Amino acid sequence: MLLIPCPYCGPRPELEFRHAGEAHVVRDPSLSSDAAWGAFLYARSNTRGVIAERWRHASGCGRFFNCLRDTVSDNILQTYKTGEPRPDLALDAATRRQLGDVAPDQSVAATEAAR
Amino acid sequence: MNAPFRTPTGGRVDRGATRRFSFDGRSYDGLAGDTLASALLSHGVHLVGRSFKYHRPRGFLAAGSEEPNALTSVNRGGGRVTPNLRMTQVELYDGMEARSQNHWPSLAFDVGAVNGLMSPIFAAGFYYKTFMGPKFMRGPGLWAKLFEPAIRRAAGLGVAADEGDPDVYANRFVHCDVLVVGAGPAGIAAALAAGRAGKQIILCDEGAELGGALLAEPKLEIEGRPAAAWLAATLRDLAAMPNVTALPRTQAFGYYGHNLVALAERLTDHLPGVDTTVPRERMWQVRAAEVVLATGAIERPLVFPGNDRPGVMLAEAGRVFLNRYGVKAGSRAVVATAHDSAYRVALDLQAAGVTIAAIVDLRERPTGPLVEQARGAGLRIVTGGTVMGTKGHWRVSEATVAHVSGDHVTDLQRIPCDLLLMSGGWTPSIHLFSQSRGVIAYDTATEMFIPGKAVQAQRSAGSCRGLFGFADVLADGYAAGLDAAGAAGGDAPALGDKAFAVRGDDAYGPGGFSGALPISGDGARAKAFVDFQNDVTAKDIKLATREGFRSIEHIKRYTTTGMATDQGKTSNLNALAIAAKALNEPVPAVGLTTFRQPFTPVTFGTFAGMSRGQMFDPVRQTPIHDWAAAHGAEFEDVSLWKRAHYFPEPGEDMHAAVDRECRRTRESAGLFDASTLGKIEVAGPDAAEFLNRLYPNSWTKLGVGRCRYGLMLNEAGFIMDDGVVGRLAPDRFHVTTTTGGAPRVLNHMEDYLQTEFPDLKVWLTSTTDQWAVIAVQGPRARDILLPLIDDVDMSAAAMPHMAIRLGHICGVPMRLFRVSFTGELGFEVNVPADYGRAVWEAIWSEGRAYDAVAYGTEAMHVLRAEKGYIIVGQDTDGTMTPDDVGLGGMVAKQKPDFVGMRSLTRPFLTGEGRKQLVGLLPDDDAIVLDEGAQIVDRAEVPNGTHALGHVTSSYRSGVVGRSIALAVVERGRSRMGETLFIPMPGGSIPAKIVSPVFYDPQGERLNG
Ligand SMILES: [Zn+2]
Repeated sequence: MLLIPCPYCGPRPELEFRHAGEAHVVRDPSLSSDAAWGAFLYARSNTRGVIAERWRHASGCGRFFNCLRDTVSDNILQTYKTGEPRPDLALDAATRRQLGDVAPDQSVAATEAAR
Repeated sequence: MNAPFRTPTGGRVDRGATRRFSFDGRSYDGLAGDTLASALLSHGVHLVGRSFKYHRPRGFLAAGSEEPNALTSVNRGGGRVTPNLRMTQVELYDGMEARSQNHWPSLAFDVGAVNGLMSPIFAAGFYYKTFMGPKFMRGPGLWAKLFEPAIRRAAGLGVAADEGDPDVYANRFVHCDVLVVGAGPAGIAAALAAGRAGKQIILCDEGAELGGALLAEPKLEIEGRPAAAWLAATLRDLAAMPNVTALPRTQAFGYYGHNLVALAERLTDHLPGVDTTVPRERMWQVRAAEVVLATGAIERPLVFPGNDRPGVMLAEAGRVFLNRYGVKAGSRAVVATAHDSAYRVALDLQAAGVTIAAIVDLRERPTGPLVEQARGAGLRIVTGGTVMGTKGHWRVSEATVAHVSGDHVTDLQRIPCDLLLMSGGWTPSIHLFSQSRGVIAYDTATEMFIPGKAVQAQRSAGSCRGLFGFADVLADGYAAGLDAAGAAGGDAPALGDKAFAVRGDDAYGPGGFSGALPISGDGARAKAFVDFQNDVTAKDIKLATREGFRSIEHIKRYTTTGMATDQGKTSNLNALAIAAKALNEPVPAVGLTTFRQPFTPVTFGTFAGMSRGQMFDPVRQTPIHDWAAAHGAEFEDVSLWKRAHYFPEPGEDMHAAVDRECRRTRESAGLFDASTLGKIEVAGPDAAEFLNRLYPNSWTKLGVGRCRYGLMLNEAGFIMDDGVVGRLAPDRFHVTTTTGGAPRVLNHMEDYLQTEFPDLKVWLTSTTDQWAVIAVQGPRARDILLPLIDDVDMSAAAMPHMAIRLGHICGVPMRLFRVSFTGELGFEVNVPADYGRAVWEAIWSEGRAYDAVAYGTEAMHVLRAEKGYIIVGQDTDGTMTPDDVGLGGMVAKQKPDFVGMRSLTRPFLTGEGRKQLVGLLPDDDAIVLDEGAQIVDRAEVPNGTHALGHVTSSYRSGVVGRSIALAVVERGRSRMGETLFIPMPGGSIPAKIVSPVFYDPQGERLNG
């Protein structure tokens, strides 16, 4: 069970949250291409590694927020408020270390490079 | 009672405290401190079970939680039956009633043993070949006569209780700085270090006593004291630290993400009698900043023919039974080994008076202090030796021993014995480390799989990471405890590493043997067991590789090795080595299978905790529930709600009750408890604009005091919910949702409000539980309500259909909706929930004059179906658009955006051939179609016939005077009058496509 740091409430067990799909999927109803709109509806990156995803602190403050999670290690690298840009991981190496991200993937190499 | 195999002194049992117990109905006695295993062994009882597949006689293999054979069911009466307990972990209490398992009619005479004679058909892959093999294997005759009975008898070990479990179980969530798993020497040293550093510590161990291997070391000295004294003093030190929680009888069974470790604590199973005031077991969900795994190592069996006979056991188990429990596992032992540690066993047993007939060492030239001690003690050592087989019906009576050179064996000799102790060396217990997703490393020097890189905040210490010798293990544990305390952060006193002075430790190191011992001949019928619990032999694994399996994960599933409740604790490495040899690949290239939770079986009760019976799921009841119950309502579950399904009068069945409720509602009036409808208050200056964007309808022009039916779409353009939205004020709306959809709709609204339209000033509040809703439907609805309401003009002119008024009923504040889900004149009275029952009863009293009825959800369904009103989730399935259900007209054409708008223009949603909602009238008006039945265009239905749609709602309608149905059918609206067919087992049912509105198609009754 994940321990998720809600940006408003602090770390809380996963039980209190509801996953809400990939983050930064831009809704643009003016898209004229049906294929592009279809991709917005259904195509997701399904990344192996660090993914930006949305969570809602459903049994807490009720807020939606974004979260960088490593799908290999399940480690959460950072959470941030809706509307904020996706953090640049290389700039947040200290945070990543603090969160115990030692997953053997490319993102670690990026961390090492940033040291 | 005489216990002939109990030593006169020694061990940790209390010789003054007799414990009487029965096993398979026969009475024995043991001592306090015994396990069921040690107590039985003290009486020379070795035959304690039958194996899973071949029903072979089995005894004890081990002395701890890795035991695969000696499983028991303990019955404490009143439904308190626990099957599949390892006798080696079952603490004896006075009056225990235990039974062996997996045999019929008795342990000694077991019909299932015939399976052993049929072993060729039970070879690797039997289940797959039987279920998926050629048809003759699956033929009904063979299946019914042979395979099914065999599988049924073989499937499952013990028998679960057939009564409810009367015990209570507890659950606890805790945080700690350092969790130490395993209280052997490494774990205790780790807890000592981290405890001294002032951290919050939890130290848990599966055993009844903390101490692990230290509990069976009478000659060992630590820091100048006997190990037992050192252990007792150290445990006292730990107990004196308020920051240390020590949990015996507590199995860490699962290591999950973000350092969450699940522990199962056994609280009462070791006590006589039943105390219902305390929980039987407790689940701990521990979130640890840092974890120390000190889970020890498990001895490996040797794989030779007949290695499963009762009396054949792991060497160290023989030593534990002797040193910890004061029990000799036999009187004449052969010790087969590939490792020094078994020499220590032989020496201890010899000192206790057990004859050591021979030590058979696979190694050509064993050396080392223990080997020298054995030579000095005059023990006979067969070097370069192997065991070719064993004899003995209920217990080993003879071992066939030979010299081995390469793949040849010579010098066969038979050695009589009643105990065969075996050791292939030690396997570090990396189960929890693997569960934590740590990377497992293979150490080529020691040929051991050990913890590699950790991916969570944890470290391993002691023999679980391949260390041997108490001095090393203690120091390693202490260092790990310090490391964990430091990593947990905060202030900590500077503590240095610590060396532990140890004497009397007969040092041995890694090494040993894994795989199958060489045997002579082809061994076609030889049964050399690898996995004792699932009866998997070396031959099975070789067969799997011959049949083409190369991945160890596939070999595991095909042979079922390592898949029993013991999770292959004693078998995984041998299975891997045999597979690697057969595949001609190095062991690390083949690799280990994944270790899974739980480490040992955990009762369902522990998982369930308090979540059972009434506590399993919340039950939601409306304020009118008790009235309905008092008036004879039958209830149905709708999401978490209990809803009145129908109100039968004496002698009525459901059909008669529903028929009466519908008829009276259409003739006069009916009362319906609609309190379960979801309700959301949408308020704020941008509330109307928010609803514009959330619903396809237009809300800007909806006047205050008016309401409108709204379909809610998801972004893909499909109907996700529906309800009525009323405007109470320019900046305030009362939104209703379906009963089950309220949380989903609120989440959907919050999602768009917070993330897509954060510029809108809107507040959303769930008010479902705040309002009781009483629907009064039927031509007399107004007449019934009029006397109770004096501040609302309810006349048809002043309050038309789809109007809302605020006012009072019986003096209670009220939101009055003029809405109808029946097609009749109708009102929905919303009052604060606490007044719901009183207002309902007041309306009910008025209704008596008109012979009004209370109706339930079944009548509600019929009444709305007669009008063709959909129920989202019944007539829609998540792929229906507004146009599909005939409501395309309510989609605003001129809005810049709403959720689902863009999707509704996708070709797939606008194209030909979509399924559309229609009515369906079976030609035979007595037939009520099955909901969910498929619809086709022909009476005869060959395979591959295209289904045009399916029946979504189907009822017998009193007012229409026949059966009616709603359905979704491809191009349904263009098929009016067409006859289609509903194929059923009794033959195709012809039915005509009609309008979905069966009653009052002009909708005149609404305007009464
Ligand atoms: Zn929160």
